[in-house]
Amino acid sequence: MNDAVTNEQAPAPAEKESGGQPPEPGKGHSLMRQIVAGDAFAGVLAVVLAVLVGSVMVAATDDTVRETAGYVFARPSDFFSAVWDAVWGAYTALFRGAVYNNLVSDFATQIRPLTETLKFAAPLILAGLGVGLGFRAGLFNIGGRGQMLLAGAAAGYVGINFDLPIAIHLPLAILVGTVVGAFWAAIAGVLKARTGAHEVIVTIMLNYVAYYLLFYALSKEGLLQAPGSANPKSLPMKESAVLPDILGDRFNLHLGFLIALVAVAFAWWLLNRSALGYRIRAVGENPSAARSAGIDVGRTWITVMLIAGALVGLAGVNQVLGTVPDGVTLDLDAGIGFDAITVALLGRSRPLGILAAGLLFGAFKAGGFSMQAAEGIPVDIVLVVQSLIVLFIAAPPLVRAIFRLPAKEAK
Amino acid sequence: MKLELRGITKRFGSLVANDRISLTVEPGEIHALLGENGAGKSTLMNVLYGLYRADEGEILLDDEVQHFSGPGDAMAAGIGMVHQHFMLIPVFTVAENVMLGNESTGFAGTLDLDAARARVKEISERFGFHVDPDALVEDLPVGVQQRVEIIKALSRDAELLVFDEPTAVLTPQETDELMEIMRQLREAGKAIVFITHKLREVRAVADKITVIRLGKVVGEAEPTASNAELAAMMVGRPVELVVHKGPPKLGEEVFVVKDLRVVNATGHVQVDGISFSIRAGEVLAVAGVQGNGQTELTEAILGLQDHVTGSVRLDGKELLGRSVRQVLDAGVGFIPEDRQEDGLVGNMTIAENLMLNRSFHLPFVRRGSLQIDKLRAFAQEKLQQYDVRARDIDTACGNLSGGNQQKVVVARELSRDLRLLVAAQPTRGVDVGSIEFIHKQVVATRDSGVPVLVVSTELDEVVALADRIMVLYRGRVVGIVPGDTPREQLGLMMTGERPKDLEGDVA
Repeated sequence: MNDAVTNEQAPAPAEKESGGQPPEPGKGHSLMRQIVAGDAFAGVLAVVLAVLVGSVMVAATDDTVRETAGYVFARPSDFFSAVWDAVWGAYTALFRGAVYNNLVSDFATQIRPLTETLKFAAPLILAGLGVGLGFRAGLFNIGGRGQMLLAGAAAGYVGINFDLPIAIHLPLAILVGTVVGAFWAAIAGVLKARTGAHEVIVTIMLNYVAYYLLFYALSKEGLLQAPGSANPKSLPMKESAVLPDILGDRFNLHLGFLIALVAVAFAWWLLNRSALGYRIRAVGENPSAARSAGIDVGRTWITVMLIAGALVGLAGVNQVLGTVPDGVTLDLDAGIGFDAITVALLGRSRPLGILAAGLLFGAFKAGGFSMQAAEGIPVDIVLVVQSLIVLFIAAPPLVRAIFRLPAKEAK
Repeated sequence: MKLELRGITKRFGSLVANDRISLTVEPGEIHALLGENGAGKSTLMNVLYGLYRADEGEILLDDEVQHFSGPGDAMAAGIGMVHQHFMLIPVFTVAENVMLGNESTGFAGTLDLDAARARVKEISERFGFHVDPDALVEDLPVGVQQRVEIIKALSRDAELLVFDEPTAVLTPQETDELMEIMRQLREAGKAIVFITHKLREVRAVADKITVIRLGKVVGEAEPTASNAELAAMMVGRPVELVVHKGPPKLGEEVFVVKDLRVVNATGHVQVDGISFSIRAGEVLAVAGVQGNGQTELTEAILGLQDHVTGSVRLDGKELLGRSVRQVLDAGVGFIPEDRQEDGLVGNMTIAENLMLNRSFHLPFVRRGSLQIDKLRAFAQEKLQQYDVRARDIDTACGNLSGGNQQKVVVARELSRDLRLLVAAQPTRGVDVGSIEFIHKQVVATRDSGVPVLVVSTELDEVVALADRIMVLYRGRVVGIVPGDTPREQLGLMMTGERPKDLEGDVA
């Protein structure tokens, strides 16, 4: 940032001397700033790199490849065509599972994978927005899991136990879940604002608290446990509390995806057009300047956690009332609370970026299963690719070195 | 050792930071490199130190062409650099810091700390540095830390020493001591390059002065040149070094502070029973060496300090106990002493920074929505009015030079209806041209009938702006004296000594 190369905009030579000291990042803030300020290009490169490394993994785990590797020097063409088959097969299967299946004739079945991708993307986008919003305010919300669990459980409770017309029942269930998520997250915000307790530790611990609270509720008849059952599982949702399918019965895509899109629009407006979002960004970038300008930093943190918790909570609601309406379970979060961190990182904490990242990860999820089914490639490879994306994003100098991009620091 | 730079040119993209710069520094000479922030002084020295490679030109030491590929080569060739931001490890002792990067080791890699200690002692005694080799660097005052940097350079047999804005962080006394050290080093036959933008210092020690503007050498000057001549060369036009201000048109005593006491988080009393008042249309300047309670005083007024007792009244209303926002809304303008930390959000644009303290209501916020068109029009207007040099209002503030950053802060604070202006170190790290501009704005604010509290550790600034001067020492008021009090007396008061003939308790 502080070298002359990036300073072309100033009319006079703008190299920093005594007056313009390099913007020294506040302690502990440099990582956050890097996350928020990472450039989009690096994100794309990270995905490309991860896919390349994933190819190696696919090839290495393929039986034919290993067989042909035994006589690679005698007949190298066998080896290379085997590698090609394996990698090509893997990624086309991924594509067929995630976007468009050209192997079937009926149009509805052809585009069914795309709707699956959107279905998987919805909770990732919602939770990613929640985590990303926290990032923008300088907060690491690691509590996505707990917020999803409790929000989902609360929405589920309303969905199971109330008898109301759908026009009231569904909105009520969504609202209750969202509010519970908001308040669960706000605990961390309040503790940080009032006592300075670090939100990472608090949210991680609240994940455990939420998990075991739900465990208790699911094993206690009268709370959430299905009557007459010994399993930690609730009854299915009443019909009037289930998010309706939006493309008819043939597809699993439900209203949750539209809610996610609305949430993206809301988050965009909040961050870019609202006064509150302005304050959130100011607090995230430089809390002491915000404080000196009369912005109540603690209150902003609490507000951010409330909104973030509501968004993550919606992801939990989406699962319980939409994707798996046949009952609340302990793994209703399906790892989304943590994947959301990855999505927010890849999306550079910007709503549209998170939308794109959420869609990509939704595609990985949808395609991963078909990759396994069609090519016998373990679904873990997809997870490896996902993890590698994060790794490459977290290490911009590494990506830059690999692609020989100009370094950001002067040599 | 004689240094010669011949036609050094360094480009960053389309920007020419150094344009065919040539200069010669003889042994036993202090050569001042004078120029505004951003003139290209530091780039030139980074080229000399091997951090940048020049696009054209060559570096000669004792008439031999040098090819440095890094600071290591430069050091080996006898160049020592005293950086503006010290390159010391706080938790190491002086001796450990001095040997760092140049460790002499004994059997099986054990450190020979005794040798380093002896070396520090020897250099320290030779130049009268009074530095204890076993002291932890973090426990040392800033001025002494700087001496450790000098010792570090000397311990590697540097023959040419480069001081990059060495006085920016020093108190007036420490500055005087540094000047003395530089003179001693000159007597010892070292060649010295002294980079600065402070005219007074240049004239005090330099043998030769080279002035740089916009990456070019614009001329050489003798130390006998007047301040006005040097400033004009630096800025490229005649500069008003004296602030022209008429006699104050005093109004009511609108700002009254009584028995203000500030205790910090660790229980130390930082401000100890300060009382003063400012009339409408008057500038009260707070003088004192840094760290004598000035920061806490201004922060207490703004509501940024937690443990404050006493009373701060503006227009008869009590400000203590109110939130920062309420204090600002009461009409207090605040220029914080550290603009990067407290004044600006570096990653936000100029326009966004201009509304930092007005994010709750009109004109920039309506029903929770930003009024972006209004903000942009406002920013455009202020950019012109305050002469902020930036490509446009969407430039991130972190990319601006110090002077332009400060103008953004000043523009923001002065574009509200003020009842009081609190300006802490309003021109620290700001170039001469911007200082002139900011001082004019402060005086204009005073003349519009607003009481102004200026805090500055630069005596020049205090004397230039003040109608009355309050000198602080260890959190207490030494005295409040008229603005035309002689410097010598102020200097004495800054050491805590209250002159006997000072009339009254509060002037």
